[in-house]
Amino acid sequence: MVDRTIENFDCGHRACGGCGASSAVRMILKGAGKNVIVVNATGCLEVFSTPYPETAWKTPWIHSLFENSSAVASGIEASLKKQGRLEKEKVLVFGGDGATVDIGTQCISGAFERGHDFTYVCYDNEAYMNTGIQRSGSTPYDADTTTSPAGVCSTGNKLPKKDFPQIIVAHGSPYVATATMAYPMDLMKKVETAMKTKGPCYIQVHTPCCTGWGYDGAKTMEIGRMAVECGLWVNYEIIDGKLTTVKKVKRVPVDDYLMAQKRFRHLFKPVRNDAEIAKIQAIADKNAEKYGIDIE
Amino acid sequence: MALGIGCTARPGNSRNNKTGSWRVFYPTMDTEKCTKCGTCQLICPEGCINQNSDKTYSIDLDFCKGCGMCAEECPDKAKAITMKMEEK
Repeated sequence: MVDRTIENFDCGHRACGGCGASSAVRMILKGAGKNVIVVNATGCLEVFSTPYPETAWKTPWIHSLFENSSAVASGIEASLKKQGRLEKEKVLVFGGDGATVDIGTQCISGAFERGHDFTYVCYDNEAYMNTGIQRSGSTPYDADTTTSPAGVCSTGNKLPKKDFPQIIVAHGSPYVATATMAYPMDLMKKVETAMKTKGPCYIQVHTPCCTGWGYDGAKTMEIGRMAVECGLWVNYEIIDGKLTTVKKVKRVPVDDYLMAQKRFRHLFKPVRNDAEIAKIQAIADKNAEKYGIDIE
Repeated sequence: MALGIGCTARPGNSRNNKTGSWRVFYPTMDTEKCTKCGTCQLICPEGCINQNSDKTYSIDLDFCKGCGMCAEECPDKAKAITMKMEEK
């Protein structure tokens, strides 16, 4: 059972009002239980939660560099194992999508190869939000960011979103899941399962970012739900390489999800760009076919 | 000295920073309408909604940034939280 009374992330941090990541982190820490050691990669979460000389964390927390969070976690896990403390204490890593799919990939690959007993949570806000919305490997197709600006000659990010969970599955991880902060119970349950599973586990959490995506902060949960309902984000669990549970939805066209965000507004102004929206719809259709999310 | 030995900070000392001053809209809670589902407490990005001893919820306005997520997500049958313009 998830203990919802656990509050290991305190007030007073500097996240934007309506931040998806800080909301998700509170839920994840509830799912992770009391005795947890947090390793944090550089990113929005690290910056807004620990402005010098303060910290919002009420659990042991360490930050080293952008790329080596899983290597630091490996060391902590090895030490806990040697001291015989691994039964009671768990290691949890937080990394943004930049730290996970771009910069930290080689350390993550190494840690998953060695099979350390820890859980890696990637909060995926689909760009480098901390430094000012630059595109990352996780930025979706056609999104407008400062390094993939939409304009006369461009319709935003030209490259597809990297399917990182499948790379982790290929490492032979016993538990890989995707979740979104718009479904808190599902997220907390998945984190609890990952913490209980022996070996390196991975969870990718969709966390809408009001500043980077351009929508009203009050709509964070709604945007998260819209992503799932249109099929651009799929919630699933892969246990020992086998797809076990998938969140099934009555799929709606991607238009509403795109129209709600400023990063896609160039697709509708001055006239609707049918060709590009059809390409994004094709991505959602491909997801639906691959994971079987449609309710018959 | 701002940090302790080993570059450590006291747990949760970000409470020194009262983020309530950022606010433009402030939430008001109608405890009569509240169904005590706890959604607002769970999703608040600040973690500034606390449960009272009588199971109702109160919002700590020292830290609330006024994002309005709680008012938006409060179930339709309750709608106990409304956002009002801050008068400063």
